[in-house]
Amino acid sequence: MHKITRTDTASSVVGLSNVHKSFGALKVLNGVSFEVNRGEVLVLIGRSGSGKSTALRCIDRFETIDSGEIVVCGHRVSDPKLDLRALRQDVGIVFQSYNLFPHLTIEENITLAPCSVKGISKVQAKEQARRVLAQVGLEDKLHQYPEQLSGGQQQRAAIARSLAMQPKVMLFDEVTSALDPELTGEVLKVIEALAADGMTMVMVTHEMGFARGIANRVVFMHHGKVHETGPAAILTSPATPELAQFVGTGL
Amino acid sequence: MNLNLDFAAIFERWPAFLEGALLTLQLAFIATLLGTVIGVLGAIGRRSSHPIIARICGVYVEAIRNTPLLVQIFLVYFGLASLGLKFSAFTVAAAALTINVGAYTTEIIRAGFDAIPRGQIEAAEGLALSRSQIYWHVVMLPAIEKVYPALTSQFVLLMLASSVTSQISAEELTAVANYIQSDTYRAFETYILVALVYIVLSLVMRAGFWLLGLVIFPRRRRLGTPL
Repeated sequence: MHKITRTDTASSVVGLSNVHKSFGALKVLNGVSFEVNRGEVLVLIGRSGSGKSTALRCIDRFETIDSGEIVVCGHRVSDPKLDLRALRQDVGIVFQSYNLFPHLTIEENITLAPCSVKGISKVQAKEQARRVLAQVGLEDKLHQYPEQLSGGQQQRAAIARSLAMQPKVMLFDEVTSALDPELTGEVLKVIEALAADGMTMVMVTHEMGFARGIANRVVFMHHGKVHETGPAAILTSPATPELAQFVGTGL
Repeated sequence: MNLNLDFAAIFERWPAFLEGALLTLQLAFIATLLGTVIGVLGAIGRRSSHPIIARICGVYVEAIRNTPLLVQIFLVYFGLASLGLKFSAFTVAAAALTINVGAYTTEIIRAGFDAIPRGQIEAAEGLALSRSQIYWHVVMLPAIEKVYPALTSQFVLLMLASSVTSQISAEELTAVANYIQSDTYRAFETYILVALVYIVLSLVMRAGFWLLGLVIFPRRRRLGTPL
């Protein structure tokens, strides 16, 4: 039997091995394996319905898998007895639709989890909110409500909210898909700065140019499988006709 | 047709009307407060993944919504009496009204909970908040804000419906009116006055809920936009 141990010393932060997942009769993940090491940026690409978002969501156990194994920061995610909240303290996730809490100011959005989950003091949390907001260039929005911000600003605030929990790995699920090119640019800049700081990241994106610039590794998903994987260079010189076709239309 | 209205004898009894009105407000206040608590717990219960809890809350709501308030009041009144428990008419009235309004608020608040987008819950779960923390910090306030007009109308309706408790001689406004009209033989005048007092009470409650809304929904106070 496997023992549940935290293996912080290992460089692998996220590991999927032979993961299978179906929604009813629909097979979404069909034996997916990949690994993300500390400080690495892994970019998941593929057509809609190829399973990339599902794979990402499985990492944070927003979806449960049928078979295979997922280990994230030493947590065995596939274990039914997993301490879900401990996992989610180590993993930050940012969604396409920002999902800021509309009734709370940006500051309250950011301090909520550190105060109620980690139990840090209000004063400390507010100081930290200021810091993470500065990191995403929004220090002047502290006391605004989400609806007063543009889409790009809301997404940056959502990233700041995640950062305030000091995650060991960040997941980005198509975080710019709802934004126009200008707003997309400002969000991607923030993500680039995070990568430069050494944050471990897994992201699903349709921004091929961005993927080329930031990815240490690219995973191209096709029909629920890892069809091709390699350094960012595979985006410019794909080995498989499927990836060639995908980037051909995607660029 | 000869309409002959004489309010003099009625106005003389103003302290009794005032007392009745205050008692009506007290009943409404207690039932609103406790009914809100029941409504929140009931709504959480109805959405529970635990089938027995969800079922119990569902049966409660259906039982109350499909029976007349007067019958419910009698059930509480005679039910407690047959158990040998003695309570004042006021206590029985407050209990029956609370049980009644609790069922309606359960449904209203449940609708509010259901209106919270799934993404809000996922974002909160992703931040490692516990289930109760999510209900308390993320779901509760926006849910209540969304259904606030329906909720407050229900409480005003409850205040008006409390007139039925005159049947078990709780000394609220309608009971006072019944007594005064039989004493003065000025029934029409009495009920005209009582109707006016109920209108004032309704307006007072609506103003109260409006002020309360300003306090509990700071975002709305500042931006003025619906959620």
